[in-house]
Amino acid sequence: MSRVLAAAGAEFRIALRNRWVTIAVAMMALFAAVLSAAGSAPTGQLGADKLSVTVASLTSLAVYLVPLIALLMSFDAIAGEVERGTLPLILTYPVARWQLLAGKFLAHLGILALSVVVGYGIAAAAAFWFDPRAGAGLAALFRLTWTSLLLGAAFLGIGYAISAFARRPGAAAGLVIGLWLVLIVLYDLGLLAAVVADAGGTFTRAVFPWLLLANPADAFRLYNLAASEATAVAAGIGGAAGAIPPARALASLVLWAVAAFAFGVAAFRRVTP
Amino acid sequence: MLRISRVTRQFGSVAALSDVSFDVAAGERVALLGHNGAGKSTLMKIVLGLIPATSGSVSVAGHAPGSRAARDLTAYLPENVAFHPALTGREQLRFYLRMKGEPPKAAEGLLERVGLGHAIDRRIGTYSKGMRQRVGLAQALIGRPRLMILDEPTSGLDPVSRREFYAILDELAKGGAAILLSSHALTEVEARTDRIAILSRGILVANDTIAALRRGAGLPIQLQVAARPETADEVAERLAGVRVNGRRVDVTCEPDDKLDRLGKIAGLGHLVDDVEVVPPSLEDIYSHFSRLADRREGRA
Repeated sequence: MSRVLAAAGAEFRIALRNRWVTIAVAMMALFAAVLSAAGSAPTGQLGADKLSVTVASLTSLAVYLVPLIALLMSFDAIAGEVERGTLPLILTYPVARWQLLAGKFLAHLGILALSVVVGYGIAAAAAFWFDPRAGAGLAALFRLTWTSLLLGAAFLGIGYAISAFARRPGAAAGLVIGLWLVLIVLYDLGLLAAVVADAGGTFTRAVFPWLLLANPADAFRLYNLAASEATAVAAGIGGAAGAIPPARALASLVLWAVAAFAFGVAAFRRVTP
Repeated sequence: MLRISRVTRQFGSVAALSDVSFDVAAGERVALLGHNGAGKSTLMKIVLGLIPATSGSVSVAGHAPGSRAARDLTAYLPENVAFHPALTGREQLRFYLRMKGEPPKAAEGLLERVGLGHAIDRRIGTYSKGMRQRVGLAQALIGRPRLMILDEPTSGLDPVSRREFYAILDELAKGGAAILLSSHALTEVEARTDRIAILSRGILVANDTIAALRRGAGLPIQLQVAARPETADEVAERLAGVRVNGRRVDVTCEPDDKLDRLGKIAGLGHLVDDVEVVPPSLEDIYSHFSRLADRREGRA
C-alpha cells in the first residue's frame, strides 16, 4: 500500500506542476458557473426546488466533461513513461505493475474529485442563493458527485488501457479523443436515429435499453435522472429510458469502473520495456 | 551472485545473444565490453527480468530474474537514464526509496554522496546530463544492493566525476556487491574492474582478467626508448627500431622477448636516456578478440 501511495504522491505532484490540477478544476468551475447563470431564471411552475433543477443540468454537463477530463489525464500515463524512457528503471524495482497503475489512478481520481467538488459546489451555492428551498436537492447533488467519480474511474481505466496499447503519447491522445467522440457524442445520436427509424418496434423495446446500459455515460445519466425528482425537466433520452430500473444503471457503472481498471492493468502487463 | 548460463535471445530471425555464459561473484567488478548492437543492453535486460531469454537461464543469488526477491537485491542504472522533469531531485529519490521500501529520509544523504547536495531542490528538468546521471547513480545506491547492473554508467560524466564514480563502486565492491557494468571507454575500465567479458555480435568471445587476456592475445609489446640528443638514428639502427621523432625510437617485440630486448637497451648505456614499456592497450586486445570471433564466424 505504501508503494501505491508513493506512486500516487509523485503523480499528483507532477499533475500539479504540469497545471493539470488547475486546468481540470478551472474547466469544471467555469462550466458550472456558466450553467448556473444560464439557469437562474425562475422555475416556479415546475414545482421542483432550484438545486434539483441544477443537478439535472449538471448531469448533462458531467456526461461530457467528466469523461473528457479523465481521458485527458490518463492517456499519457503509460505511453508517456515509455516515451520518456522512465519505464524500464521503475520496472526493475520491487513493485508490481498494478501498484504503479493504482497509484496513478488514485492521484487522477483525486484531481477529478477536486474539480467535481469545486464545480458542483459553485453551482450548488448559486442555487441556494436564489432558492432557500434548495436543501431538498442535496441528496441528488450528493448522488451526482459520487456517481461522477464512478464515471470518471471508468474512463480513467479505459484511458490507461489505450495508453498501454498505443505506446506513443501522440497516438494515445488521438485514440482517446476519438473514443470520447464515439462513446459520448455519436453513440447517443446513433441510438436516437435507430429508435426513430424503428418507430416503437422490437429494437426500441428489447435492444435499446441494454444498449443504453452498455455505455457508462448513458448508465450514469440514466441513474441520476431516474433517481432524481427532476426527471421531468430533463431533455433527451430520459423519457424513453424510463422503463430501466436505476439499480441496473448503477450496476453497469460500477462494473465499468472495476472492469476498465482491470483492463488497463492487463494492457500494462503486455508492455515490454 | 549472478549466474548466466547458455543464454540465447532471438529477435525474429536475428540472434541478439547466442549461448552466453558467465558468472559474477560477490565483490567482483566485471566490465562488459562490445560494439553498439553487440548485445550488452539485451543481456542486461534479461538479467533484470525486463525481457525473457529465448533459451538458457539466469539466476540472481538463486532467484529467477525479475522475481520479487531478485528485484529486492538488484540495482539498475539504465543507459541514458531519464526522470520526470517536473520533479526535484529530492522528490524523485524519495519516490524511488519508497518503491524499494526504504525510509525516504535517506534521499538527502544519497544525493550528497553523489555530489548533488547543492541542486537537491531544483527540478530535474533543469539538470545537465551529468547531473541526471548522478541521480541515476544515487537511485542505484538505495538499500545496499547485492547486484548492480550499470549500463554505460560514466557516459556524460567529466573526468573528475568519473573518478568519484569509480571510488563509490570500489566501496560497494568492498562491501560485497557484485557489479556488472558496460562501457565504451575501454581505458577507464582497465584499471577499475577485476574481469572483462567481451561480447561480439551476441557471442561471448572473451571472459578473463586483463592480464590473462593480454597473455592469451599474445599481442606485441611496445618499448619506447628516449635517446640522448643526436643519437636517435644510431639507437634506431642498433635496436632495429623505428625513429618516431628527434628523440624517440619505438621497438616492437613479442611478450617473451621483452626482457631480452630491455637488456639490449640497457647495454646501449649512455646513448639512452629513458625507456618506457607499453603493453598492448585494451583497445588492441578488444579488437583482437572481436576480429578473432569474426574470422571464426566467417569460416563456419
